[in-house]
Amino acid sequence: MSNPLPFDSWLRPDAHGLYCAPGDFYIDPHAAVARAIVTHGHSDHARPGHAAVLATDDTLNIMRLRLGSGAGGHLQAAVYGQSLRIGEVTVRLVPAGHILGSAQVVIDYKGQRAVISGDYKRYPDPTCAPFELVPCDLFVTEATFGLPVYKHEAPLAEVRKLIQSLADFPERTHQIGVYGLGKCQRLIATLREAGYGKPIYLHGALRSMTDYYVSRGFDLGDVPSVAETKDKLAGEIVLSPPSALGDRWSRRFADPLIGFASGWMRIRGRVRQRGVELPLIISDHCDWPELLQTITETGAGEVWVTHGREEALVHEMTKRGITARALALVGREDEAE
Amino acid sequence: MRSFANLLDRLTYTPSRSGKLLLMRNYFRATPDPDRGFALAALTDGLPQPFPLRRVLGEIGAARFDPELFRLSRDDVGDTAETVALIWPGSSNVDDTLSLPDVVMGLESVGRDGHAALLTQWLDRLDATGRWALLKFLGGAARVGVSARLAKQAVADAFGRNVDDIEELWHGLSPPYEPLFAWLEDKAERPRLAATPVFRPLMLAHALEDSDWQALRIEDVAAEWKWDGIRIQVSAKGGVTRLFSRSGDDITAGFPELTEQFRGDAILDGELLVMRDGNVAPFADLQQRLNRKTVTRAMASKYPVHVRLYDALEINGEDLRGLPFVQRRSLLEAWHNQHAPQQSDVSEILNVQSKDALQQIWETTRAEGIEGLMLKRKDSPYLAGRPKGHWFKWKRAALTADCVLLYAQKGSGKRSSFYSDYTFGAWGEKDGAPYLVPVGKAYSGFTDAELEQIDRFVRQNTIDRFGPVRSVTPKLVLEVAFDGVQASTRHKSGIAMRFPRIARIRWDKPAAEADTLDTLKKHIVSRP
Repeated sequence: MSNPLPFDSWLRPDAHGLYCAPGDFYIDPHAAVARAIVTHGHSDHARPGHAAVLATDDTLNIMRLRLGSGAGGHLQAAVYGQSLRIGEVTVRLVPAGHILGSAQVVIDYKGQRAVISGDYKRYPDPTCAPFELVPCDLFVTEATFGLPVYKHEAPLAEVRKLIQSLADFPERTHQIGVYGLGKCQRLIATLREAGYGKPIYLHGALRSMTDYYVSRGFDLGDVPSVAETKDKLAGEIVLSPPSALGDRWSRRFADPLIGFASGWMRIRGRVRQRGVELPLIISDHCDWPELLQTITETGAGEVWVTHGREEALVHEMTKRGITARALALVGREDEAE
Repeated sequence: MRSFANLLDRLTYTPSRSGKLLLMRNYFRATPDPDRGFALAALTDGLPQPFPLRRVLGEIGAARFDPELFRLSRDDVGDTAETVALIWPGSSNVDDTLSLPDVVMGLESVGRDGHAALLTQWLDRLDATGRWALLKFLGGAARVGVSARLAKQAVADAFGRNVDDIEELWHGLSPPYEPLFAWLEDKAERPRLAATPVFRPLMLAHALEDSDWQALRIEDVAAEWKWDGIRIQVSAKGGVTRLFSRSGDDITAGFPELTEQFRGDAILDGELLVMRDGNVAPFADLQQRLNRKTVTRAMASKYPVHVRLYDALEINGEDLRGLPFVQRRSLLEAWHNQHAPQQSDVSEILNVQSKDALQQIWETTRAEGIEGLMLKRKDSPYLAGRPKGHWFKWKRAALTADCVLLYAQKGSGKRSSFYSDYTFGAWGEKDGAPYLVPVGKAYSGFTDAELEQIDRFVRQNTIDRFGPVRSVTPKLVLEVAFDGVQASTRHKSGIAMRFPRIARIRWDKPAAEADTLDTLKKHIVSRP
């Protein structure tokens, strides 16, 4: 496909985020705007206060739960794969495989196609629709784990490490740090897949999202709240937000053994820094090989890297003859997973 | 390699001593020879032949990965061996058959030029954890939070033996320690030590309790100064002399000038000191000489070392440990007179006739290099470990100062949810205005209940956070006990406190009434 137009004549970053001029909308804008397409419900992508929001049904529900009336003025649900005409462009949302409801934004304009992937992964996840590859001219990618040292492990194998540790240390509460939306429910589902049938206890901050997944038909088994029991939960699994690891809240447990489910656990220094004894290398983002694979498979001649380790990915793409640039987008949190 | 890699991997993430012991015990029981012996070497003294890892990785690097991606990754990871292990392109040749003995024999079979090809081939056969463990094994310093002593303890525990038995044999053995394991498993006799110097586990003292003092009769004990250096064992046999630290580490290489002095056949117990013109230098001077693999002539003359001998364990092949202390002392003195080694003397026995006189000495002595007194029963045999009722250390009374809490940091392990590490300050003056200068750090001395109280104080009075550290409103006064003060150019305050710990929390005392830096400086004992 020839490129008569430079892409940034119709799609470019500005102070609010990534703006599509012929459609007059932003994708995952950082500040409140008139019209936003939101790829998924994580708080660095789904910001409050937009006048109109287009997103998948699940993403809108998640925004309502997290933001209440701040979810936005007019909320329009899009079905995966459904094409919509917005101004002079055609838009459709396709699964990104990141978390429940996550979508890539496919924009067609004057014979050119841009795919804004949002956050995505290729590894199968029982709690969301799998990533769908869409060939395109411009691919906008994240690079959270954009260094060749980041190679995630198979979640089932990581979860078995946790189950083994429960057998090795039955006198200790296994307190695992997870992000509340996505990672938490994926970890529970993977534990169930591995045959773990006991209750999995939740910190209060994980309750509403987990209940939402259950309401959407995911069978997560028995997931009581920690607050419901006075027991010290020796030999049990407790999930909590990372901020509650090694803090006062954890003093109620039996000699807590601290775990953390995150792609960052690949690096020993980060494991030690957080005082983690049981690192579980499970991520909802692409690792380095998946990033390279995906960019190559889209066939895109140009790649924009939005957030994470842009430098290495741009270097590697340039080496491969693909035009690559780092987009400095405001408001992306490096550590968010 | 897999079981060794799993062991190292889990050791790095296991903070507790008991957890580490459990992992190692299981490994040494379940792993065959000679694999476990090489693993033990990796956890203790390292490989017999050091591997030039840095040079070889340099040779391999450019051929296997993009230098720019490597640089960016190295910055992110913070450790070269780990970066190589992770960045290494996964291969379809991964197999489970590479073993530690394969690695050791492989290295012996090739010369310098063959290292890179061999390492490349091994790395291709391993997964990420295996590659990391191999590089740690070859790098010589496993750095997995296990001391040599702890590894030996685990070996002893695994086979129901006393760790001191292993220490006794240790320096007469070499990797993969097959005779040691055969003996541990009751498959062979205790290994016979060759005619080389060996380490004998040290006898240690208990702190003198009030009840000990009450029960003590002056005529039963010998009193000596407690010198402020490090315990050392000099072991000479067959023309070779080795120096061992208290835990049995061979520290000979750092003190070549001492080994020349001690010849003959003896195992002696003493204190390593830096001495100038007959005076003991501050401990900080001795620290300049510790943990060095080599020593320059300039170092040796700037920080001249000296061994002050306490005891003799063996002379001319005769084990003296069963004899009473006074007899061993006479034999030590006779040996020292006969051999007259330079840079050494025999620790003085104090001439005291009454407990009152002893108490008087203890209360008034505060000279450089003296930590207090040692009281040894005249009839004590030399017993490995810390036997009760034989030797007592009577540290001189601590000094105290009222300081103000400035910063707090969370602890680790059981204390990971508590702010338990405290930086405190004393009043200094700048342009006529008083301000608090940080003077020291303490982690101990408080009860669990007090820890909870200080933790609460820290959380309620936080002014700022820097990563894991919180700065607090400077209003809580801590009474800090310490053993002494030394001048220091490394600290902004100009002083370094020795062994500071929290004696009391002065909830009642206003910060303005805390001590000044000048008061603390008065405790500096001027160098002789």
